[in-house]
Amino acid sequence: MALLELNNVHTYYGAIHALKGITIHVEEGEIVTLIGANGAGKSTTLNTICGILHPREGTIYLDGEPIHGLPPHEIVGRGVAQAPEGRRVFGRLNVVENLEMGAFARKDKDGIRRDMERVFALFPRLKERAKQLAGTLSGGEQQMLAIGRSLMANPRLLLLDEPSMGLAPILVEAIFETIRQINAQGTTILLVEQNALMALSVAHRGYVLETGTVVLHDTAAALRENELVRKAYLGIE
Amino acid sequence: MLQRLRRQIPGTVVIMWCIGIAILGIVFWGTVATLRSGKYASAQWVDLFVYGIAQGGIYALIALGYTMVYGVLRMINFAHSEVFMSGPYIGYYVALALDQAGLLNRYPVLGLGIVILVAMTVSTTIAVLLERIAYRPLRRAPRLVPLITAIGASYFLSYAFLGLFGSDLKGYPEIQALKGTWNILGVEVLRPQIVVIVAALVMLAGLYLFVRHTKTGKAMQAVAEDKDCAALMGINVDRIIVITFAIGGALAGAAGVFYALLFKQVKFNMGFFPGIKAFTSAVLGGIGNVTGAMVGGMFLGIAESLFPNLVLDGLGIPAPYQLKDALAFTLLVLVLIFRPTGILGERLAAKKA
Repeated sequence: MALLELNNVHTYYGAIHALKGITIHVEEGEIVTLIGANGAGKSTTLNTICGILHPREGTIYLDGEPIHGLPPHEIVGRGVAQAPEGRRVFGRLNVVENLEMGAFARKDKDGIRRDMERVFALFPRLKERAKQLAGTLSGGEQQMLAIGRSLMANPRLLLLDEPSMGLAPILVEAIFETIRQINAQGTTILLVEQNALMALSVAHRGYVLETGTVVLHDTAAALRENELVRKAYLGIE
Repeated sequence: MLQRLRRQIPGTVVIMWCIGIAILGIVFWGTVATLRSGKYASAQWVDLFVYGIAQGGIYALIALGYTMVYGVLRMINFAHSEVFMSGPYIGYYVALALDQAGLLNRYPVLGLGIVILVAMTVSTTIAVLLERIAYRPLRRAPRLVPLITAIGASYFLSYAFLGLFGSDLKGYPEIQALKGTWNILGVEVLRPQIVVIVAALVMLAGLYLFVRHTKTGKAMQAVAEDKDCAALMGINVDRIIVITFAIGGALAGAAGVFYALLFKQVKFNMGFFPGIKAFTSAVLGGIGNVTGAMVGGMFLGIAESLFPNLVLDGLGIPAPYQLKDALAFTLLVLVLIFRPTGILGERLAAKKA
């Protein structure tokens, strides 16, 4: 049984039909990536999984249980966390407080402390800035904080939305290296990326989205060689 | 050189600064004239100042309700003035019963405690019901809709109390222990004022600690900044919003009893002026900012109490104290012109819009 299963999911933004029957699955331990142009429905897919948006049609199963009717905070409680697009750290709270917010739904104090140490081990930079207001961090540091904050929920499934957006190339490398590390530590990852080349280099499998539907699905290695993907998303003729 | 300077500084800014300097000049002139005339003894200034703090504490407590709700929902809860009125109004009947039983004077601390608790409970209940019935269904509606609803709810509550309890002024029962003055550091201060100041300061400090240091308080800040993202953290946003209304209501209910202690009466429309002054305080301090509401409330209370005599008297105005309301709103306009985000307002306006 797959950890996450979306079956024929349709989501609307008001009158706009944003997702037109998305069917994807994510197995335990995988990194799966969604690639596609702006407006293809990648972020909408993540927000529908999280419960920020609700599908008008179709089902979403986590570990065999339906989650498509639940409010976001209950979905987080079941082990799905998201580092949203554009980082969206809480600028008026400091780094530690942001991390505490990530663990809001948890009660196990020891586990929270362990995960805070884990985040600081992954991002030593955050430990140096522990008491600094998140709004005053650099873009790269905010991205680290956004990912670290989502790890504080101790998720089984981590949703990452455009983690490389607006970062210098060297930082992008570092972030993707960390994504690989997080996955190696046992967290399943669903990754949305504009930077298809980087995404396909860390992912096991990938889906290509176009205007709200899946047009292609294969292993990451096969997608890297695919004619259409090379032309449209990797910029290679 | 001069031409480049002119291009950099637009004419309106120059005019605004001239007006600002002129106002400062008038304030300075009036103050000096008043002080030189020696019309008021220093003891009177102290009296006015202490009264200002008591009044400011009440404004600050009410202002917190406006500012916290604005923080999480970006709406002005105009019915908050009726939340403020309802607590002491029901509290009046409890105080009356306690007074007739002789309890209010035999155990004044216990009696007043009960009245305050009842008032806080009533105000909290009304605030929470307002949120649930009037505002939550409109969460996704255009911003003008909840605003109109809030004004409607304000009138609904005010006239519901008028219809149910009558239009007369209801005199709060006197507490013997609160008659007269206490000597604080050599100054004779009216007892109700001391009780109000101490209780208000304790509540303000408690709220500050709550917002800054508890998990729920930080979640309130997170919801205020970004609701969807807060939900992604596992925060139950609806619950946090209810808590925000409840806390605002509780503080307003307590403030209502303090108001009744100072002015010894309640009426169905007693919320209007304190409400609009507290709203002014919240804007003065920077709406959405908890510390700002406290600072704004204190500032307005003290300014209102001191400025008419201090500034206007020296200018030869015959009844300066009657101008205190006009003065309060003049202050608001001035602050909004020269510092649109309020005293402690953040420059995040562009981000929030």
